[in-house]
Parts: sequence; structure tokens; C-alpha cells
Amino acid sequence: MSEMKPVSALGGAAVSAGLAVGVEEVGLRGMVTLKGDLADPAFREAVEAVAGVGTPGVRKIVFEGDRALAWMAPDELLMLCPYAAAPAAVAELSARLAGVHHLALDVSDARASFRLTGAGARAVIAKGAPVDLSRGAFGPGDLRRSHLGQVAAAFWQASDDPEVFELVCFRSVAGYVFDWLVASAAADAVPAF
Amino acid sequence: MLLIPCPCCGVEAAETEFHPGGEAHVKRAEADASDDAFMDYLFHRKNPKGVHFERWRHQYGCGKWFNLARDTVTLEVFGAYPADAPEPPAAIREAIAARAAERGSI
Repeated sequence: MSEMKPVSALGGAAVSAGLAVGVEEVGLRGMVTLKGDLADPAFREAVEAVAGVGTPGVRKIVFEGDRALAWMAPDELLMLCPYAAAPAAVAELSARLAGVHHLALDVSDARASFRLTGAGARAVIAKGAPVDLSRGAFGPGDLRRSHLGQVAAAFWQASDDPEVFELVCFRSVAGYVFDWLVASAAADAVPAF
Repeated sequence: MLLIPCPCCGVEAAETEFHPGGEAHVKRAEADASDDAFMDYLFHRKNPKGVHFERWRHQYGCGKWFNLARDTVTLEVFGAYPADAPEPPAAIREAIAARAAERGSI
């Protein structure tokens, strides 16, 4: 038996021809789900030390390079990091948080990530999510968990460019979300927003 | 469309982000209660034409349960409050009373 090689849900599928907004699957990415008392200094200190970024406020994401902490719920954060770094991050968190009520779990293979690039990225998502995505209402650092079409998704502005977005969904619906985004991003289907 | 506020993460979002969980403040019958009391607890629910207190879950958002005061006729939402509150907070009860008084005066 050869050792199993990790693969992302869609193998890095990407489409830009004929689209107003480029759609690509980001590929393998480390994700660690963290549960605990976000107000507990001991919890925050350990998480920030391992994540390398500060704790986000309510419905926010704090990122620096390829590392990020995203607010998912009043008692839950999602840590993003390089795929290979996730197991070590969990081990370090578990060591640092020994005795503190928490949960840290490597869920890197549970989700698929997508990146939307180009003028209209906001409009593409806004077509499927009941969220005000105008620049004034949803800016850098904001994160929203909602649904896209029929499935759960979370998204945020991924760079200083207000028309670059990242979106994560469950792996089992990656194909649906990719097809949905490509259809929604068709050159003649993106309204001015 | 129903716009529902989530007291746990602070968003006000469309109904499609939430999942209804039935009547709020249902109290479990005591262990030695009669069969009728258990039947009430298990099966009998209010179905008011008017103000109703319901449980909702922010299913596609933060995933938390909370309670909501809503009018089933006008779909007016009076407010949301924590799932573990034993009864609706005063502010919501006042808003409901104020609306009832307003209607009564027409």
C-alpha cells in the first residue's frame, strides 16, 4: 500500500475565460477548529501564540500572510494555516491549553476554499447569500457565515482589493459551489454593484 | 420576507439563514406528573393568531439557539433574546403591549 496523498476537493480547479470574475479552488489549506471561552485570557493567549495573529472580534477575521483566525460563533474560532502546519498546530495548542476547557481539531480536509478575483466578486456572492455586501457595509476584516444558494458557506474580503473574496464551504458540496460560482460569475450575468 | 435578529452574533438576516424550533418556554412535566400533563408537554402547542414566542436556530450562521417574539399575522418581529431566558425580557413585553395599544386605538 502506498501512502495516501492529500488532495483538495476539486484539485485546484480554476476558470476565468468567459467570466467577469475569476473563480478558483484554493487547494489544500490547513484548518483547525477551536472551541473555548473566547474571553478567557489563557485561551486567547495560547491561540494567538500558535496562530500568530490576534483574536478576531465578532464576525471578523484577522489574517497575516497565509495565517488567519476567523470568528465562527461566540465560542468558536477557525484557524487557517498552511496545510502541512495544521497537525503540529493542534499538538501545540493541546499542550498549551492543557487544563483549560477547549477543543482543537484538525479539520483541514473537511472544507473546500475558493477565491474570487475581479470587479464584481461581491456581486457574484451577493446573488446567493442574504447579506449586504456593499463596500460600506462589508469591508476588510469582516467575515460572514451564511448560505450560498442552498448550502452553508463563509466568506470574507481576502486582500486590500475590495473585489477579492475568499469563500469556504463543506467539501461534500464543493462541486455544487464551484459550478454555482462559475454560473454566477458569467461575463453577462454580473450586475454593477 | 422575515428579517430575524440573532442575539448571539448580532446580525439581522433573512429567514433563510435560520431554522425554526417551535414554541419557546415549554416546561417539562414533572417525573410524577399525570399522563395528561405529559401529553400536554409532549404534544400540545400553542398556535396563536398573533404574538408568539418561538425558538429559532441561526443554522447557517453562528449555529446558536435563541428565542424570538414574533407576530404570526403581521410577521412583525418584536425582538430576540437568549435561549435560556425563563420569560421574554421587559423591553420586548413593552413593545408588544405598545403595539397592542396602538391597534386598539384605531
